[in-house]
Amino acid sequence: MLLIHCPWCGPREEVEFRCGGQGHIARPADAMDISDAEYARYLFMRTNPKGWHYERWNHVHGCRRWFNALRHTVTHEIRATYRPGEKKPPLPDGTT
Amino acid sequence: MTAPFDLRRPEGGRIDRARAMRFVFDGAGYSGYAGDTLASALLANGVRLVARSFKYHRPRGIATAGAEEPNALVQLRGNARSEPNIRATQVELYDGLVAASQNRWPSLELDLGALNSVFAKLLPAGFYYKTFMWPPGFWHFYERLVRRMAGMGRAADASDPDRYDHRWAHCDVLVVGAGPSGLAAALAAGRAGARVILCDEQAEPGGSLLGSGATLDGAPAMQWAGAVLAELGALPDVTVLPRTTAFGYYDHNALGLVERVADHAAEPLPGQPRQRLWLVRARQVVLATGAIERPLVFRDNDRPGVMLADAARTYLGRYAVACGRRAVLFTNNDHAYDAALALHAGGVDLAAIVDLRAEPGGLRVDAARARGLRVIAGRAVTATHGRSSVTGVDIARLQEGSDLAVLDRESIACDLVLNSGGWTPSVHLFSQSGGRLRYDEATGAFLPGRAVQAVRAAGSCNGAVALKDCLKQGAAAGAAAAGDCGFAAAPPALPAAEPEPESAPMRLLWVVPSDAPVGHKGKHFVDLQNDVTAADLRLAAREGYRSVEHLKRYTTTGMGTDQGKTSNLAALAILAEATGREIPAVGTTTFRPPYTPVAMGALTGRTVGALLDPARWTPIHRWHVRAGAVFENVGQWQRARYYPQAGEDMHRALARELHAARNAVGIFDASTLGKIDVKGPDAARFLDLVYTNSWSKLGIGRCRYGFMLREDGYVFDDGVTTRLADDHFLVSTTTGNAAPVLSWLEDLLQMEWTELKVRLTSVTEEYAVVTLSGPFARRVLTELTADIDLEPKAFPFMSLSHGTVAGIAARVFRVSFTGELSYEVQVKASYGLALWNACMEAGEKYGITPYGTEAMHVLRAEKGYVIVGQETDGTVTPYDLGMGWIVNDNKPDFIGKRGLRRADLQRPDRKQLVGLRLEAGERRKLPEGAHLVADRDAVPPMPMLGHVTSSYWSVALDAPIALAMIKGGRARMGETVYAPLPDRVAAATVVEPCFWDPEGKRLHG
Amino acid sequence: MADAIPRLGALDHLGLAARATAEPGAAGVWLGERRFLAKINLRGDPQNAAFMQAAGAALDGVQPTTAPNTAVRAAAIDLLWLGPDEWLVVAAAGSEAALAARLAAAVAPHGGTVTDVTESRTTITVSGPRARDALAKGCPIDLHPRRFRPGDCAQSLLARVGVILLRADDATGPVPRFELHVLRSMADYLWRFLEDAGQEYGVAVVESEDRSQGSGIR
Repeated sequence: MLLIHCPWCGPREEVEFRCGGQGHIARPADAMDISDAEYARYLFMRTNPKGWHYERWNHVHGCRRWFNALRHTVTHEIRATYRPGEKKPPLPDGTT
Repeated sequence: MTAPFDLRRPEGGRIDRARAMRFVFDGAGYSGYAGDTLASALLANGVRLVARSFKYHRPRGIATAGAEEPNALVQLRGNARSEPNIRATQVELYDGLVAASQNRWPSLELDLGALNSVFAKLLPAGFYYKTFMWPPGFWHFYERLVRRMAGMGRAADASDPDRYDHRWAHCDVLVVGAGPSGLAAALAAGRAGARVILCDEQAEPGGSLLGSGATLDGAPAMQWAGAVLAELGALPDVTVLPRTTAFGYYDHNALGLVERVADHAAEPLPGQPRQRLWLVRARQVVLATGAIERPLVFRDNDRPGVMLADAARTYLGRYAVACGRRAVLFTNNDHAYDAALALHAGGVDLAAIVDLRAEPGGLRVDAARARGLRVIAGRAVTATHGRSSVTGVDIARLQEGSDLAVLDRESIACDLVLNSGGWTPSVHLFSQSGGRLRYDEATGAFLPGRAVQAVRAAGSCNGAVALKDCLKQGAAAGAAAAGDCGFAAAPPALPAAEPEPESAPMRLLWVVPSDAPVGHKGKHFVDLQNDVTAADLRLAAREGYRSVEHLKRYTTTGMGTDQGKTSNLAALAILAEATGREIPAVGTTTFRPPYTPVAMGALTGRTVGALLDPARWTPIHRWHVRAGAVFENVGQWQRARYYPQAGEDMHRALARELHAARNAVGIFDASTLGKIDVKGPDAARFLDLVYTNSWSKLGIGRCRYGFMLREDGYVFDDGVTTRLADDHFLVSTTTGNAAPVLSWLEDLLQMEWTELKVRLTSVTEEYAVVTLSGPFARRVLTELTADIDLEPKAFPFMSLSHGTVAGIAARVFRVSFTGELSYEVQVKASYGLALWNACMEAGEKYGITPYGTEAMHVLRAEKGYVIVGQETDGTVTPYDLGMGWIVNDNKPDFIGKRGLRRADLQRPDRKQLVGLRLEAGERRKLPEGAHLVADRDAVPPMPMLGHVTSSYWSVALDAPIALAMIKGGRARMGETVYAPLPDRVAAATVVEPCFWDPEGKRLHG
Repeated sequence: MADAIPRLGALDHLGLAARATAEPGAAGVWLGERRFLAKINLRGDPQNAAFMQAAGAALDGVQPTTAPNTAVRAAAIDLLWLGPDEWLVVAAAGSEAALAARLAAAVAPHGGTVTDVTESRTTITVSGPRARDALAKGCPIDLHPRRFRPGDCAQSLLARVGVILLRADDATGPVPRFELHVLRSMADYLWRFLEDAGQEYGVAVVESEDRSQGSGIR
């Protein structure tokens, strides 16, 4: 039961959102030229940290906007939510 | 001679003696008063024995006065409203209440299960794990026996007639607990203007003040509480919720509360819910959840009449009930003397105060002595006597360095044993919030430490003891919480509490010695609800259980409905001693919601029956209902599956509908298909990127079927897309995927291809869609439109015409999912029914027949058209479906293009779509999902070739047909495969996946 | 000719008009439906002054707002913020075709797009002294008078049904009034939910087509 700050609508209940998995995964522009192994890394490999995690969320039952979030997977603290194209915030001090 | 002693004292308490309440317990009638709990009323009636224990079936009585009660669990009410495991200490008495004891057979007095007690030596810790391991697989047999013996109530066997409510709530400050600290906190925050919710589990706010007899400013403390409540009640932004338990503390300051709206009545009022679940989002939380007195662990400390000292004081002060006539107090601390003095003042004969401390001192002890009470220091209660009620205790001197107490033995007759081992702050919610706990050596208790969420603890849950400290902490926490919400708040002026004497240190002695080693004579109960003894815990430690979490699961200590509220600390202290560690090093078990049990009804709320799930209706839904359609759920949509006429079963109805669609004309409600309006100068470019085929060259007014893949190359969705203008397309999706597809396309536009100028709008519900399909479809439509040229040359397959149908502005798509000549007529939703009616009327002479989704499935399967989610399962490519023609590999990029090139997706032996025909004369369908093998005589394990994805009775072919995904299927045309079934092995021939009109003449006709 | 063709509203089967009362009496929750209000989805770049100006001009001077979750309410038009480049125009029933055409012509040269979504949703009104309590039973939005003010709007869930919610009173009357624009297919479910949720306070069906309270389209 998270309280998520939509970058447009402000704090809303988790039920209005869908999580879109890990954020900041670049779609390879040279997809046709890279190996299956390299492409598989893009397609399948995701981090699963115990700690801070860059994620994508969609305010699906609200303004329908996709955005990014920095969430801690243990405490569920959401350090930041930010719009597409905005620079991703650094990880909190002392973490990697 | 003394006057007869009435357990119900003639005066005092917060009961209403003018309102008598009759009630029934175990079939016998009793009387109590408004303001009683079931427990206080039973005690007032002298009912001692209220339960049998879980494992040993020992007689048990009421041990506490609150949520922590381990023993007095009852089956409340009867029939459909029957509820098990309800704590008698928290049941408000109402006139006509019916309750029964649990875990006894045939009766409380004569319980055959008590034989377990005789064999208690054979039931050590982990007994069930050790005993029922063998023979393997017999647990399900043992379980039935164990369950019958175990102390669980019975669920009602009829559905609950009452309503349960849910609601969201938001506040600045949520205060949990309306004792002195909580009231002060709510007052501070409320006066500052904050939105406050104050909840308390009891019917009447006041907490400890209700029964303690404390004074504030020289007047009874409840007067102050009343004034505070009156002030809070007048503040518009303060909500006071009595009978409301905060049971769970979740993320980001979300808390679950359950309000017992009508549990204090036999039945709720009309329209009233029985219970209400509150989901509260609080900016700040103040926990004022109080503390629970801790029992001492001494031999046979479980007999009815053994009770927590403060509970007895509460029964006397709040309910005017003396819990016995002659009492012994057994304590390790000063505080319990207050209870003893209160009982003494209330007329109870206090035979002795047995104090574990060698030299108790201080004002309280002096006061007891001054009243002539016998204080016996440095002694322990070493045994209790009695069967269904305690009749006396043995005491003996404690010896330094010995775990036996055998000197100076003395027996004292009594019918009430008060005991107190100190206080355990209720840190459950604080711990659930993620907050750290710290161990306090002096009080032997865990206290709130560092908070993780926006929460403060105040009062006795925070370790405060004196009333004035509780008030001060509460006021400060309330003011600070309001301040953190931006309100200018100062702690309110507080009333003066009586000065409380400084407490002398308590003596922590986690297991009280007796005249025999622990476990050898009688039982030292730690967890009364689960019948776990000190000896059990020590045995478990010897067996190697060092983790408190393992100890809990192995011995069951701290489990059950009370979750060890009175026992957890002693259990982990005993583990610490037995393993030579400090208590903080052992730690606590995890506190999890709920704090006290929550009824399933309350968790479910109103999502039952007709409101279980949102049901979506098409604009034509009511017609289908009147026509007697049988519906199926597709997502949340309710779709007509078939329309049985009088005397028809599904098979016959289906045959009639299929015949009409192939030979005359069928009519179908296709309104549920997803429709996405795609506008913008880059619309065609965008579609080129999300579909496998090309859209840039599609003419205006032309339709094309397309596949959307995921990046991995597998089919995600399919549908027909139509170009309405240069920069305007209408995409159709499958019914179930409408929302996911839109969300996915928005994802790509917002996160990936932000440079594209494209806008998406769902128009699924804007239009009703009526499909006319069959050889006479054109004739029906001709009768309904004057301005659309239906000639095939003017209006070819896969194109769109605008015009008027039945006088309604319409767009007509010539597309087909049946293999017949078909038109999809789209009109604004509110005209859908009018259009349908007009088609039915015009089509009557052509034998127009409504068909449902079942017939639609057969018709498309005869043509070999796939259904996403039926032929595909998320691992199927267009090539696997034999539809490589739909992939335009010349495009520089599209979603899934690179994925399709993966080596594994190129394998020739991938599962591929084929048709299956059964042997001539075979009338039985293959089951969908049936596995297919190459060898008729193979026995498992054997290589699987694939599986049946769709299987129907084809009316057109008068034979069963099937679609299947088979390894290398395209190369197996003509081969025979086998489906091993429970009753037979069915043979089938692999054929092209199209059984009807393979040239498509009818379609293009 | 077209007049003779019956239109079917999403809740017509409930016979609300026949059940409607002018005097809700002691009922705490007053429910009504406003059928067929014109609803037009407007998209465009709020940074593009020409687009904003053109849209405002086509909407009788009602300028799209950039303040999230608020509506601009005028005599004949409500303009609700739905997203950073998306608005919902709500206007009198029957006006959608002309309005959509006018608006599309005005904004198309400036990259704006217009889609008529009149029939996609119907409008349920919830008012009365316990309106907030009834809505709170299914809606996670904080509807406190200071937090959800007249003219505030939100997209959220009510009983797991997506709704566009508007505070439609101007705080001068004795009771709050909310308008819920709900997808047509789920309107029946939502109505039954609201009747159930309101039951403990008493529910009255009111004729809400022309209730003259506050501003907006009446």
